[in-house]
Formats: sequence, C-alpha cells, structure tokens
Amino acid sequence: MSDEAIPQDAQPGAEAGVEAAPARVLPDDPILADLATEFPGVDFTSFQPRNGPRQDTATVGRDDLLSFVQAVKDAGFETFIDVCGVDHLNQDPRYDVIINVLSMEHTQRLRIKVEILGNDPTVPSISSIYAGANFYERETWDLFGIVFDGHTDLTRILLPDEWSGHPLRKNYSVGSVPVQFKGSPKST
Amino acid sequence: MNDSNRTPEDAAVAVPLEPSAEETNGALDADGRRRERDVWVAGTEEPEWIANATDEGAQEMLPRDLDPALSFQRGVTVDDDYFEAEVIVDDERQIINMGPQHPATHGVLRLQMELEGETVRRVKPIIGYLHTGMEKTAETLPYMSGGTNVTRMDYLSPLNNELCYSLVVEQLLDVDIPPRGQAIRVLMTELNRVSSHLVWLGTFGIDVGALSMMLYGFREREAILAFFEKVTGLRMNHNYIRPGGVAADLPEGWEDDVEGIADTVRAGLDDYQDLLNGNPIFLDRTQGVGVITPAEAHQFGVTGPIARSAGVNFDLRKAFPYSGIEQYDFDVPLGKHGDVFDRYLVRTEEIRQSLRIVEQVLETMPAGDYRTDDRKVTPPPRKRIDESMEALIHHFKLFTEGFKVPVGEAYQAVESPRGELGMYLVSKGAAKPWRLHVRAPSFATVQALPVMMTDLIVADVIATLASLDPVLGDVDR
Repeated sequence: MSDEAIPQDAQPGAEAGVEAAPARVLPDDPILADLATEFPGVDFTSFQPRNGPRQDTATVGRDDLLSFVQAVKDAGFETFIDVCGVDHLNQDPRYDVIINVLSMEHTQRLRIKVEILGNDPTVPSISSIYAGANFYERETWDLFGIVFDGHTDLTRILLPDEWSGHPLRKNYSVGSVPVQFKGSPKST
Repeated sequence: MNDSNRTPEDAAVAVPLEPSAEETNGALDADGRRRERDVWVAGTEEPEWIANATDEGAQEMLPRDLDPALSFQRGVTVDDDYFEAEVIVDDERQIINMGPQHPATHGVLRLQMELEGETVRRVKPIIGYLHTGMEKTAETLPYMSGGTNVTRMDYLSPLNNELCYSLVVEQLLDVDIPPRGQAIRVLMTELNRVSSHLVWLGTFGIDVGALSMMLYGFREREAILAFFEKVTGLRMNHNYIRPGGVAADLPEGWEDDVEGIADTVRAGLDDYQDLLNGNPIFLDRTQGVGVITPAEAHQFGVTGPIARSAGVNFDLRKAFPYSGIEQYDFDVPLGKHGDVFDRYLVRTEEIRQSLRIVEQVLETMPAGDYRTDDRKVTPPPRKRIDESMEALIHHFKLFTEGFKVPVGEAYQAVESPRGELGMYLVSKGAAKPWRLHVRAPSFATVQALPVMMTDLIVADVIATLASLDPVLGDVDR
C-alpha cells in the first residue's frame, strides 16, 4: 500500500483550493489527496503502527457525510466493512460514528469519523450508498441511541424490543447481581 | 413419593378441568367442550385472543417496497432467480418462522420467511438471541484478561479472536513480538482454521443429507482439539494468545503431534472428497444454489471463503499480512459461481493450504523467546520472583492493575475462518479499553442472507445457510 504512495509536495493548485485552511497538509496517498482536494472541510489524519499498514482517518462533518461517502465509494472503496459508535462521555462532541470501508483493488482501508453532539445524536444513514450498513446502523442505534436519519427500519437488533436505554453509553451502568450466601440475611 | 401412588383418576378429582358455563361465558358446545379459549395477552384490558395477537412487533416484516435487501436485489443482476414469477395468489402467501430453536439454523438464529407454496419469496433474519453484551464487558476487563472475553465470541475459532485482540492492543502498545511467538501464533491459528472448517464440513454434510460427514469431520477435529488442550490447557476458550506473545511455549514433542494431525486430516479429506464430489445427490443439492455475486459481497461486507467462492480474490493474509504470515507459501483458492458447491470446494482447499502453512512452520520454527521481553507487558520470570522483592511487586501490580495502553485508536483485521474479523480499539491511556468494537464476519454474512435465499425453495435455504457457516456467538456477541 505504502509502496504505491506517491509523495506529494504542497502543490500551488491544491493550496489555492483550500485558502480557508492554509496550514492543511494533503495526505501522501494519491486517492486520499484527490478526496481531500474535493472536500476542503474534511480532516485527514494517519497513524502508522510499528507492525502493519498505515491507518487513515477522515473526519467529516455531519452535513458533508453523504456526499463524502458517495465520493469515497466512487474513488474505489467498494467494500463496506463496518459502522460503529464511540461514546466519549463528558467531551463536547460526545459521540463518534466510525465507518470503515475497504478497497480490495488498491488494498487500502479508510476510516471515516463523524463527531456528533450529545444533545443531538443524529447522523444521515449511509445504507442507501452501502446496503450493508443497514444492520450495523441498527446495532449502533440499539447500543448507543444514535439516530440514523433516512434508515428504513431503525429497530432494535441485538436487544429485545422492549428494552429501555442504550447499554454501550458510558452512563449506562454494567449492573450486578448480588451474591447470595447460605444463611445470610436477605437483601431487598 | 406420594405423587407416584396417584392414579390418573385421583388427578382428575383433585383438579376440576371442566369449567363451568359462567366461567367461559357459556361458550360450551353440545359435547361440553370449550369453543373459545380464555387466555389473552398479559397487560391488555380486554381479553384479546392470542390468535389475534401474533404480530411480530418491531421485528415484523416490512412492506415489500420498503424491504432494503429486496430493493437492492432488484437493482443488481443476479443469476439465482430460477423461479419464474408465477401468478401470485394472496391465499398462498404466508409468513413462517424458522428458528430460533431449529436444528438447521446452527444456533439461535430466526429466519422470517415469506413463502409462496414451497418457494421463499423473502427472508428476514432476526438475531440477538445470544447477545450477552461482550463489547460492554470488554470495557470492564483489563487488557490482560480481555482475551478471556473475546475468545468466547466466535467459539469455533477462539484463537483467531485472541490473535486479533492481541494484535490491536500491540499496535497501541508498540511492542515487538519475537519470531518464535509469531510462528506459534501462525501455527495455532491455522490449525484452528482447519478445525473450524472441519466442524463446518460435518454440519454442512448433515444438513444436505450426508450424515456420515458429521462423524468424520468431528473425528479429525478431535485430534486438533487434543493438541490444543496439550498446548493451552483447554479445548476451547484458550486465552493462549495474549498481548505480548503467547501464554506458554509449545510442549515437548509438539512436532510429532502436528505432523500426525497434518497426515490424518489430509488423508481424511481425500476420502471425503471421494465420497462427496461424485455423489449426484450432493451435486444436485449444492450446484447453482444460494448464489452470491461479487457486487453483492462488496455491498454487504461479505468476506472470507464466501466472497472467494464468488471469485473475489482477497485474503487478508495476503493483502494485509500479520504476525509474519507473509513468509510462508500458500495459495488462495477461488471459486467461480459463488454457489454452495464452490463454497464447499474453497473451504476444503483452504484446509489443505492451512496444512501447508502448518508444515512450513514445523520446518522453520525459530528458537528463542515466545513472548516479548518488554517488562511493561510481560511479568518477570518465576525465578526472579523468588529472589527479588521488586520482581514480586512488579508481578503483583501487573496482574492486579494491569498494564496501561497509550492513548489512541487502532483497527486490526485478521482472516478468521469466516472472513474479516476486525477489532477497533479506543484507548484513553487506562488499563482497560475505553471501547472495543468487534467487526464480526458472521454478522455481515447473516445480513446478506436475503440476497442469497430469495426465490429458493425451502430445502435449498437449509443448504445455503449451512454453507455460510455463521456462528451465532460471533453474530450476537
């Protein structure tokens, strides 16, 4: 993957396109650089573990998500992998929604991250772009209470229908069953 | 003891079964039998007959024009629709539940099927019966014990789960695993792939009517599980592969065991293919059934042997090699048609390729340590604990508080026997994960069931489901 990467220096054309953020550095990878030029509002970061391929993350605003995901799919990331949520309790954008896609042709992954506020946990559903997101969005709604706008069937998937609450939120307690010993006074 | 002396006549006297006319609102017929049942749905004011209340609640099948899988299938050319659209009589369309307690669903999976006669027009998989909140549990366990949790998810390939978990933790820890540790990991996970595929061969055989495959598959698998027990102490749920390496070195004489396993399984596999490949009943039941196309596999995130049976040339061991697997020679078997038969061929060939890897590991097993010498992760050797107070404290702290993992987030995927098993870890610098998401391969497979099963007959649905090898512990976590 990194073999194919063509290092790109700051190009005058790209600089002109992103005047609002002059300090913005385009990603090394040519496909991601194209996406970054097309979407000036998207932040690209990458993490290089010692053993393993580089991991690229694109942080997208909620309003740009659908057009960005469509562009990502058109750029060659044909395989849907994963949608999941993260709850950063007591942080300002409280939830992250993580979308993982894969390009088998370029052997490359991309992680798309949407940060959403705790008082309005809503993101547009990408299940019209990647059909496989359907179950994953239901799971994320079920466990985090994040609403996916435009989803055709946003019902509970792992928990029973009558369950209340969203267990993977950090303020949902794990709960416990009191240990009972023989002859101990009964707890209420 | 009193009960055993009671006769049926006594029981009849003790409990008057005959309701009076007042109790049943006088709904007794001429023979004195009740014509209406006085049972109703709990919590309702009016006695509402159960027969009227069998709707499925939130899990009810959607109207046909809203069903996402169906509308997706309309947009893509698929070649498994061999049932011509006949005149649909509304009377003949009915919704039948298969499962959650059904021997052919391989666990607690429920399929809501819309049937027209014997033809399945729509399928809605309903899951969650085995959900135990393991992602929440993972947030409460220190990294050292996290392996005991993830190993229980996909219970047919526990070592692959442990490997994935260890690799994602090691990405953030930034430690190197010595070559011997890596080779042991490859050896164990590839043997696990063989044992998992053998279970699949057995259960698949029994579902398409080849009953002896169950005995054969489990017989060979037993040899592998016995080896696992010798190495890890347990037949399943090993917690053997841990962040930092593996729990223990291989036992004396492991070479002979592995050689024996490779020979037995390979010889057995030749016999089974002789039995199945020329069997006309087996061919009729598997060829052209449950077809998935590459486009559908991409859309639904279906990976592993199922995607490869459709000709998708993608194996994580080749594309994103991990744990030093790139130094071994092996081929990736591909199918052409994406049907049940190709999935059978791909999986049996994968067993052979895994045995190839295992034999190469056997020849080239490096000497040295089986876990990292990074004292942040690995406890001090037993001898040091006897001599040094600091080593004792170190050992104690490591096993009570655990080690801390630097802030960050990482995704790691390994090629499990079912496809891409991925774990996404978010650490906030504590000794426990902030969030561990498991991208389960069977979850994606179960979601894609409708596109494979639509317009099949019921018997083919069983064959298709069996060929997909979903593990419900993996689906529901």
